[in-house]
Amino acid sequence: MHLLANLPTASLNQYLLVAGLLFAIGLTGVVLRRNIIIVFMCLELMLSAANLTLIAFSRFHLDGKGLPDVHGQMLVFFVITVAAAEVAVGLAIIVALYRSRQTIHTDELTTLKG
Amino acid sequence: MPSPIFWLFALIMLFGAAAVVLLPNPVASAMSMVASFVGLAGLFVGLNAYFAGIIQILVYTGAIMVLFVFIIMLLDLNSDKKRTPKMAPMFAGLGIVIAFTIQLVGVISATPNEKLTELDLPAAAEKFEKGSQIAKNLSANSLPDVHLIGQSLFTQYNLPLQILGALLLVATVGVVVLSKKQVQ
Amino acid sequence: MNPAWYLLLLPLLVAAVNYLLFSKQHSIASLISTASAVVTFGLAFSLLASNAQPEPYRWISVGSWHLEIGITLDKLSTGMMIVVTGVGMLVHIFSLAYMKDDEAKARFFTGLSLFMFSMTGIVLANNFIMTFIFWELVGLSSYLLIGHWYQKDSAADASKKAFLTNRIGDFGFMIGILLLWNITDTFTFGEMKLPAGLETGVLVAALLCIFCGAVGKSAQLPLHVWLPDAMEGPTPVSALIHAATMVAAGVYMLFRVQVSLGADCFANDAGMVISWIGGITSLVAALMATQQDDIKRILAYSTLSQLGYMVMTVGLTAGDAGMFHLFTHAWFKALLFLGSGAVIYACHHEQDIWKMGGLLKKMPITGLTFFLGYAALIAVPYVTSGFWSKEEILSAAYHHNQALFWIAVLVAFLTTFYMTRLFVVAFLGKTKSENADHAHEVGPLMFVPLVVLAVMALFSATKLGAFDLAKTLSAIRPEAHGHPSIVLIASIATLVLGLLAGFGLYAGKTKDPLSFALFRERFYIDRLYDNFIVKYLQDAFAAIVHFFDELFINGLLVGGISRGAQGIGLLIRRMQSGNLQTYAAFLGLGVLLVIYLVVF
Repeated sequence: MHLLANLPTASLNQYLLVAGLLFAIGLTGVVLRRNIIIVFMCLELMLSAANLTLIAFSRFHLDGKGLPDVHGQMLVFFVITVAAAEVAVGLAIIVALYRSRQTIHTDELTTLKG
Repeated sequence: MPSPIFWLFALIMLFGAAAVVLLPNPVASAMSMVASFVGLAGLFVGLNAYFAGIIQILVYTGAIMVLFVFIIMLLDLNSDKKRTPKMAPMFAGLGIVIAFTIQLVGVISATPNEKLTELDLPAAAEKFEKGSQIAKNLSANSLPDVHLIGQSLFTQYNLPLQILGALLLVATVGVVVLSKKQVQ
Repeated sequence: MNPAWYLLLLPLLVAAVNYLLFSKQHSIASLISTASAVVTFGLAFSLLASNAQPEPYRWISVGSWHLEIGITLDKLSTGMMIVVTGVGMLVHIFSLAYMKDDEAKARFFTGLSLFMFSMTGIVLANNFIMTFIFWELVGLSSYLLIGHWYQKDSAADASKKAFLTNRIGDFGFMIGILLLWNITDTFTFGEMKLPAGLETGVLVAALLCIFCGAVGKSAQLPLHVWLPDAMEGPTPVSALIHAATMVAAGVYMLFRVQVSLGADCFANDAGMVISWIGGITSLVAALMATQQDDIKRILAYSTLSQLGYMVMTVGLTAGDAGMFHLFTHAWFKALLFLGSGAVIYACHHEQDIWKMGGLLKKMPITGLTFFLGYAALIAVPYVTSGFWSKEEILSAAYHHNQALFWIAVLVAFLTTFYMTRLFVVAFLGKTKSENADHAHEVGPLMFVPLVVLAVMALFSATKLGAFDLAKTLSAIRPEAHGHPSIVLIASIATLVLGLLAGFGLYAGKTKDPLSFALFRERFYIDRLYDNFIVKYLQDAFAAIVHFFDELFINGLLVGGISRGAQGIGLLIRRMQSGNLQTYAAFLGLGVLLVIYLVVF
């Protein structure tokens, strides 16, 4: 363990960079994939990236008591909960959509075309 | 957390995410998503956010991804049929993402870097009530983040908590209504 | 404020009040107009022989150059104002009775007041630009008044013709004004002076262009065609505008130029052209008059002929003789027109002289006054004012251009001839129709102005010892000098010959024994204009303008804007593709933009 203890630790910017890359990958999926369920999953990736950012900031900016700032973790708690609810409702909508259109390919779901 | 371990979990997470985007089979995408989330949970734990890490595994991978896999199975999806992708939108999308990445790198390189500060737990113990669970854990040099979160959740964030409860109720009812088969 | 300004602005005020407030209350409008005409006559009388120049009003200033609205008060303008306001006042009173049954009386009197304002403006103007502005205003008033009965097609056409023909003349007028400005460096009449060493050609060009305005306004050849057609307007209008005042504006303006630039400014080719055009006009008009049957048309051609006389003398550098004739002619021509108006009114709007007859017995006062006007026009020696002014004209012609002198003598003969024809057929002999049978004398509102005008027709040129009525009224009168006896002999000879011919050919006849189609059809000039100039020039122009209208205005501006809006709409519409990914992509694009703007 001494070996491990003397290694340099990751800095804030590295955490932020990783979170950003995760967000970018999620964005790619949202824009490029045509399967609506995959799009939804990539949306969750983006939310997770935001969570990572929040946790990183919470750990690196200590509050007055010398402990990690609890507010960041609070927000992550809420985000996860709401994401769960959102996924449930979203998938229900997709199921209803599939039942009426028999397709989940976004290129065919264009009734809102103006 | 030490750098190599950080990079290990980060790479697991990123490759998993890339696999989600690139794999044609939806089930494969879902599975690689699970792997990605595991990496993410590892990163959380490394940041001393134990509660967040556990919740991530329990809720995200355990519930949400399972739901996704259920739906994929329900809809009986096959791999995406080979369609000739339209080049122009694809390039536009890629362009947007690349521009975003460049902006990201630019912003991050402009912000000042911060190093990780070691937590001095026993010193923080004095800030709390003598004899409370938190103080005891802190003096024993372990971070009671569940207790801390709980304390903050039920005092400061009580109203949002109640609203969240209502939200979950509404979501449940909505899902049930949406999924009913239409009476022919 | 100097009373001269009231003289100018009161009629405008009255016209505005009539138009805005009283356009339905006809009697009130007519009385207000007439009252203002009387007041302006009083004002003009009080300004006689005054020489105070009121301060001009600076209207537009461009750097150090100013456009003024100013008033000139000198013998010429105050004398002319007496004519304008005097005849105007009498015409207003006459119209109260003549237009009694008209439905648009208020509009008529508004037009008359507007005309009084515009004419006053021309007379009192102290610079050329102001003259031009009021020149156009007078044209407008004439248009409105000729077309008073606009529901009749012929009246509407006639008013349009008058305005358009005037516009052609005014185009040349404007060029002339600018040329003269170039020569003398000012617009104000009082300050104009010909620079030394001026090229005659430049002066000739400027004067001829200015003369174009007179050709249009005073109806000289070739722009004379509007005046006979202008008889479509009510007779008081013909009396005021087309006999006494507006048509005289051309002569007045030319004389004003002569006063400003010096009497010799017309002693060059310009003067020759002007005098020949005047002479030819008077001859051609007199020939045309011998064959007309409408009483007002005969008088219109007579006016043309007399205007030709005036223009001729101005061209012969004897402008003061021309102005003198303008003065006397205004009174007796107005008298003749108003008399014909009374006759027309009494015969229930019958205008053909071959359907009148015996009116002297039926309408004695009108007949007598008409006779006095007729006598003045044919220049009965020594007793009528017309004689004295005609003498001046003939002797000026004799001194400067013998050829024009003999033409003038011929015209005098023709004048006597056709006027005698008119008088014999309309007033003497037996009544030739039902309408004439029922004619009776007109009311006092009509015959009092006739009587006043008859007095002026007789005595406006009288000189008894030291008293000179014309000089008192500040009219221009040429200095007395001996006339060559040939002038007197010629005028008496033409008078006698004309009377004999007229009486001999027309006494007791019921239809015209002579028939010259060339004269009756007015030398076919009208038809020439209609068939060639209107058809080819005007229609060609209209086609060109239409093409540009279609191409630029419709195609580019209106159509372009609508098509552009449509195009942009189609472009933006493609954002609404209905595709989820597209929306997400746009979202991402927006976020990118925001980050860029906020951070960088």
